[in-house]
Amino acid sequence: MMDESRRGFIGKAFGAVAAVGGIASLIAMKKTWDPLPSVMSAGFTTVDVSGLEANKLEIAVWRGKPVFILKYTEDMKPTDGRSVKIGDHYFSVMIGLCTHLGCIPAYRADQHDFKCACHGGEFTDAGINKFGPPPRPLDIPPFKLDGVTLVLGEEGPEYKAMTAKA
Amino acid sequence: MAEFKKADSILEWFDQRLGVVNFVKVMMTEYWIPKNINFLWAMGVLLTVMFTFLVVSGIFLLMYYKPDVNMAFDSVNYTIMQEVAYGWLFRHIHAVGASVVFLVIYIHMFTGIYYGSYKKGREMIWVSGMLLFVLFSAEGFSGYMLPWGQMSYWAAYVITEIFGGIPFIGDELVVWIRGNFYVSDATLTRFFMLHVLLIPLAIIGAIVFHFYALRFPHVNNEAGEFFDFDEEAEKYLAGNKKESKVVPFWPVFLSKDFFVLGFFMLFFFYLVFFHYNFAMDPVNFDKADGLKTPAHIYPEWYFLWSYEVLRGFFFEIAGVSGKDLGLIAFGIANAIFFVMPWLDRSPMVKPANQRPYFKYWFWFLMADLIVLTVYGKLPPTGANAWVGFASSMTFLALFAALPFVTKAEAKKVKGK
Repeated sequence: MMDESRRGFIGKAFGAVAAVGGIASLIAMKKTWDPLPSVMSAGFTTVDVSGLEANKLEIAVWRGKPVFILKYTEDMKPTDGRSVKIGDHYFSVMIGLCTHLGCIPAYRADQHDFKCACHGGEFTDAGINKFGPPPRPLDIPPFKLDGVTLVLGEEGPEYKAMTAKA
Repeated sequence: MAEFKKADSILEWFDQRLGVVNFVKVMMTEYWIPKNINFLWAMGVLLTVMFTFLVVSGIFLLMYYKPDVNMAFDSVNYTIMQEVAYGWLFRHIHAVGASVVFLVIYIHMFTGIYYGSYKKGREMIWVSGMLLFVLFSAEGFSGYMLPWGQMSYWAAYVITEIFGGIPFIGDELVVWIRGNFYVSDATLTRFFMLHVLLIPLAIIGAIVFHFYALRFPHVNNEAGEFFDFDEEAEKYLAGNKKESKVVPFWPVFLSKDFFVLGFFMLFFFYLVFFHYNFAMDPVNFDKADGLKTPAHIYPEWYFLWSYEVLRGFFFEIAGVSGKDLGLIAFGIANAIFFVMPWLDRSPMVKPANQRPYFKYWFWFLMADLIVLTVYGKLPPTGANAWVGFASSMTFLALFAALPFVTKAEAKKVKGK
């Protein structure tokens, strides 16, 4: 009887130690697979938009994707829910991958629109699909405004207001 | 320590220490296989041989391959293909072998379904076999990424993206699997590890388990007949080889198997030397570029049927988006074969052609899988998309109907 309870106690103690060790090592293994700190910090791209030229497409790279940043000229009208006002100017900020099959559309400055060479899809200056196979407008990446600096990868109030409208 | 007397022969010396005589008996010369079988029963040994070929060719590739986004493509396409003597041979054996292994897996699997070899005590053989299918799929997918060409990259991108469809944790899970926000160096190195170490280890373990699962229920036969293996073995050992319904694994069964293997190897090396292009997609000879998607992405032929189920649903039904429906259907398609033994409610173990209802079900399934495979390769536009939708629905409907079909069959057979 004495032996039984001792064996039972040793068994439970061993089980408890093994469970703690097992859980701890699972956590370690999970974290080893996590993106590295360098990758996480590279997940944010900052662009100073004050120096950009109007009607000339700037392409930033954010998380391996091209991001279109287009400063509007005076005669280009902002599109509700898609154009962002930074300082005194309006901008388009969107992921530069055609929503059809992911090609990168080209900007046609004279017509203020985007044309995808792959299957002929066309988008307005604000990224709204207006012709061809693309099923939806160009995606807008999460961004935050910090004065005249655009931080891609963080959700600021302007971004939240835009997604609420869409 | 046990007492050892001086051995009279080398065999006896090893037998004293390792029990080799008994081991060979249990594993080979007194492991009994039914006599009433055909060439389709050779697929298991074919797969074991193919797996060995993949391991050996893989070892040679491993000596020159570099798992780094800047070096991977050139280490394969320049170093291995052009500099290493016979490097091309090992690459072609590895690539063609990966394709052919799936061909044989499918034959093996559908032989099992046709002859009812997953039923009545053989459930664990079936389940472990399906586990092997999943492991081989993971091995194929992870290996496809390594040459770091455009198809490698975008297959990795699309397949890891699938996990994004899992509710709540989807987006974080995709980043976790990739080790980055997009398919990158971290993704390549971890899938390299999976491909050359973890998954092969799991496969070896699962193969051992699959073989072990055969020991008690024994191999099925062409008529689905149940008999006492011990009794038949006794007859064989007593010299009544003609009356006995079994033969020993070695030398009788394996010698026939090697004959089939001989033909298979001729076919395999014909492909390796003269027709390897089908396993070498031309798009994959462009280096991976995350900023440029190929116009048309498709998987290797053996994943086409499940890929077609994935994209077969392209419109919203009852408020659920086409993407989510496709994901659900894809999940079902990959898991449903595991429960075959429990979906088939007919106790009959017979070849499909002798089962009144199941035979229609079986050939319908074959036809549907062929349609899915063919349309999985075509661009999903216009009528193709609808064929994809119809054949995906048919696939799901067939499995939903299986319990009812087999239940009705059981009733009919009993009533006779």
